[in-house]
Order: sequence, then structure tokens, then C-alpha cells
Amino acid sequence: MTPKQNIRQSGETANTGPDQQKVAIQCKIEELYYGDFLAVRDSHIDIQKNYITGFIGPSGCGKSTVLRCINRMNDLIRTFRFKGQLLFHGIDIYDTTIDPVGVRRHIGMVFQQPNPFSMSIYDNVAFGLRLNRYKGNIAERVENALQRAGLWHEVKDKLKNNGLSLSGGQQQRLCIARAIATEPTVLLMDEPCSALDPIATRTIEQLMLELKEKYTIAIVTHNMQQATRVADEVAFFSVDISKGGRTGYLVEFGPTGQVFENPQEELTQRYVSGEFS
Amino acid sequence: MEQSSALKMAQAEVTLPDLEKKWFEPRSLVNNLLTILTWFMAVMACVPLFSVLIMLIVRGSARLSWSLFTELPPTAFEMGGGFGNAIFGTAVMVGIAMVLSVPFGILAAVFLAELGPDSRIAAVARFCAKTLTGLPSILAGVFAYASVVLLTGTYSAPAGGVALALLMVPVVMLTAEEAMKMVPRIMKDAAHGIGCTHTQVITKVVLPTAMPGIITGVILAVARAAGETAPLLFTALFSEYWLFQGGKLDLMKPTASLAVLIYNFSGMPYENQIELAWTASLFLVFMVLALNLISRAISQRENSIVTMIMVVRKMIGGKQAQGASK
Repeated sequence: MTPKQNIRQSGETANTGPDQQKVAIQCKIEELYYGDFLAVRDSHIDIQKNYITGFIGPSGCGKSTVLRCINRMNDLIRTFRFKGQLLFHGIDIYDTTIDPVGVRRHIGMVFQQPNPFSMSIYDNVAFGLRLNRYKGNIAERVENALQRAGLWHEVKDKLKNNGLSLSGGQQQRLCIARAIATEPTVLLMDEPCSALDPIATRTIEQLMLELKEKYTIAIVTHNMQQATRVADEVAFFSVDISKGGRTGYLVEFGPTGQVFENPQEELTQRYVSGEFS
Repeated sequence: MEQSSALKMAQAEVTLPDLEKKWFEPRSLVNNLLTILTWFMAVMACVPLFSVLIMLIVRGSARLSWSLFTELPPTAFEMGGGFGNAIFGTAVMVGIAMVLSVPFGILAAVFLAELGPDSRIAAVARFCAKTLTGLPSILAGVFAYASVVLLTGTYSAPAGGVALALLMVPVVMLTAEEAMKMVPRIMKDAAHGIGCTHTQVITKVVLPTAMPGIITGVILAVARAAGETAPLLFTALFSEYWLFQGGKLDLMKPTASLAVLIYNFSGMPYENQIELAWTASLFLVFMVLALNLISRAISQRENSIVTMIMVVRKMIGGKQAQGASK
């Protein structure tokens, strides 16, 4: 337990002073329930601005749940209950005065399955802008978002085509374009490459590295190579079955190099070296 | 060389089984007989519709002309005439029924599919709708008679419309619910994720994506309502005149409809009226047939949703296969 404490303390000391400005999201989950089932406990993560923070861990350890907490997507599940705080630039987004819809407009999300709407490529990207009654030049913003998503050259001549007519990798980039068109400050990605082939995966990883100049990214991934390739910091989750249910919790959180090469916890060591418990 | 000789050795040792087809064997005979039987029954299922169609074309097509649509039904010994007022009356009453049932049905379906799919209200409403689809149509007429005709004191187009709406609501509601349930979860997630309110998710994603299915349901409900006679017998009654007189449209009076015209004229002892009844039947059947074909054409567009679901399933399946191979 002590090494974890150390890391968190070192993280906290790093966050005092001017560095505090760099934290985009402070995720302080105490307990997270679905009905009576304790899904995640004791997970404190500080997501740094313009960093890519990777969430890794075995299946069912709650990493997606934690990610979906950050933009209140879990609110859609009726039995969801949350104890703790989630500070977005110092504002607790689980405060009763906060509108979850507003939160989602600032914290965008890309899902595991590419899920463009059944409408034209252009309308897919313009969707969020129209939702926010954007007054400026929509066409310009759409082109800009598609360019940043690395899709513009492939689709500029067929913007009227249905978004579903694209290939899987293109669809996922379209979803990224849709998410960044409204200029959120944080982008959550829930295993964005798990349904894609290696080439499309590479393109999206490249894209993430470009996007982090402007956005803060949190990504859930099953692929540890992917985490080492893109993440600046990594949070490793595991499952605690000691109390009967399967409760996920944060084991270790730190810079990617440290977590993979010099992990402080035995569990992390075993996971990153491929020994699954 | 060595290989082929080894092969010959092996062939010599093994006696090959007899794999040829034998038609006279009992199991292949039964197989063929049953195949022919199912084929025959499938053909037989088409016979009623085609025989009705042929009969109607033979007996009804003789009187087809433009005057049918412009003239009023003939009186007892009058020659010629048409059923323009009945076509118009049917259209007006189906229109009224649509105005009543479509918003009602779709809004109820939104609740059933999206807002409270597991709630008690939804379970009760779903059960009621399913029961209502089996409601004898004459009871819909009784209901409209008691609630509209007695209240307004006259047989009228709105009374007929209410009776037809009662038959349409459950069809519209249940098909719309099914269509909305077909909208994949990931699409709704996407809309929530981009910052849609619940209302926006429904109006901008769920309803547009489900629209082909909803329209199909509405058209099928219209096709059913257009052919109904019983609910109109004592709500709209019948009329020998146009709904509009002296340039004014007056709905609050007995209204003609194709179905009731067929019912009335087919029982009359006059050749002219009976011929007109045949022609009206032909027209009605072709209208219903056309509506069904249109709804089929629209539901073909639903394929886009279906293919997408298939693609997603394949991806999930592919991913699991990958995981297994690891």
C-alpha cells in the first residue's frame, strides 16, 4: 500500500503551485454503485491538461465505467449511484446544480463501436454545432474538424454520402471529427480502436498524438502496446473479489514509463509482464 | 511414383461406400413428397387473393371511367352514375382518423420504447394495445356511436373518423415502438455523448432513424381502416350527396364511404347498382394493394438500419474471435 501512497503524494506535491493549473480533471471516486453492486471504489486520478491518460486493466475492472463517469454518461443507467467528487477545472460536475447535458458538451466522447448517425457525413459533423445553435460558418468548422480528424481528403468529394457508407476506420475518424467539431476541452475515448484493423488503429493513434496539442484525452484500452505508444500517464485498474462481488479499483497511477518499466505494485508488475492472475 | 502406388494400395483395401442418389428409397420418396406438398400449399395460399382480383377485374372493370370519380351514386332506376362522394368521404374519414391516431400512437410509442420501457404503465398500455388490435371492428363503431354520434346528435364524418382511429391507434403504436426499439443503442449513446438532451436524442436520432418503420406502420393501418365497413355503418352512415354543398364543406352530416357503398349496393335488386358495387370493390382493393406496395417500398429503406446492426454484430463477433485466438 505504501508505494501507492508515495505516488499519490508525489503527484500531489507536483500539483501544488503553478502545476495545479495543468490538471483538467480530478477524478475522486470513493464508491460507485449499479444498484447494490459496488462496481468501482477508491480511484483517484488527476488527468493533466494536454496529456493522454491511458486506463488499462483486465476486463471488468471498471475502467470504462470510470471513463463514462467523467462526462456523466452513467446517468443514463437508472440504478447508477456515485459517491465522491469529479472536478472539471475545479467545478464538481456531480453537484446538483450541474446540467449533465452541458457537461457532455464540454467533455466529448468517442465510443468503442464506430457509431455515426444514419445521415450524411457533413450532417454527422455539423450535428453538434447545430445542437449548440452555432452562429458562425458551419461549413468551415466541419471542414476543419474533418481535417483534424485526418479524414478530409478521403471524404471531401462525398460529403453528401451517408456516414454509414464509410469503412470502419473512416467511421471512427468521422466520430472523432463529430466529437471535436464542438470544441470540447476533454475527449474521452472508450477503446476506440478495438473494432479496427492495425492500419486504421495506427492512423487513429497518430491522430490522438496530434489532438493532444489542443485537447486533453483519456483513453481506455485493452492493448498495452497502444498505451505505451500514446499515453503520457497510465492508470492501472484491477478487480477486487475479496468482498464477494467484482469491484474495480485503481492500483497504480503514474507516468507511462514508470508504470510499465518500474511498477511500484506487484499486481501492476504481473499485469504488464503478461502474467494474468 | 511411390505415392501413387501407395494410394492404389489404400484404395484396394477400402471398399468405397455407395453414395449415389436413389429415388425409389423410402426416405427420399417421403422427402420429395413433403417438398412437393409444402410447395403446393404455398401456391394455394396465393389462390384466394388472385381469384378475388381476377373476379373483381372481370366483373368490375366494365364500368371503369372518369365519371366514377366525378358523379354521385345513381338512384333506384337511374342509369350511369359514380361514387365520387364515397371516395371523397373515405379519404376525409381516413384523414381524420390519421390526424387523431398518428400523433397519439407515436407519442405513446416514444414512452413505450424510450422513456419507460419497463414501467408498469408501459406494460399495461402494451397489453391494452395488443388486445385492441384484435377488437372486432364493429365494437369500434359502437364506441364512436356512443361517444360521438349521441353527443353531437348526428351521423358524421368525424364520428366515422373516431371509429377508424380507434382501430388504427394500436397498429401505429405497436409498429412505431418496434421500429424505435430497432434503433441501435450505440447510436443513442453517440447522441447523448455529444450533449443531446433526452428530447433531442428522440427527435433528432431515434425518430428519424425509425421513420421508415413508423411510416410503414401508418400505411398498413390506413390500408386496414380504408376497407372497414362495420365501424362506419352507424357512425358515418351513408349519403347520396357530396360532403361540400354550395362550395362549403360540412362534415357534420352523414358521409358516404366506399366500403358502405359496396355493402349497400351489392344487396340492391338493380343491375346498375350491383355493377357499381363491383367497380367500387375493384377500386378499393387496388387502393389497399397500392398502399401495401408503398409500405413495402418504404420498409426496404429500413435495410440500412438492419445492415448496420449486422455490421456491428460482426465486429463484436470478430473481436470475440480475436480474443479467443489470443
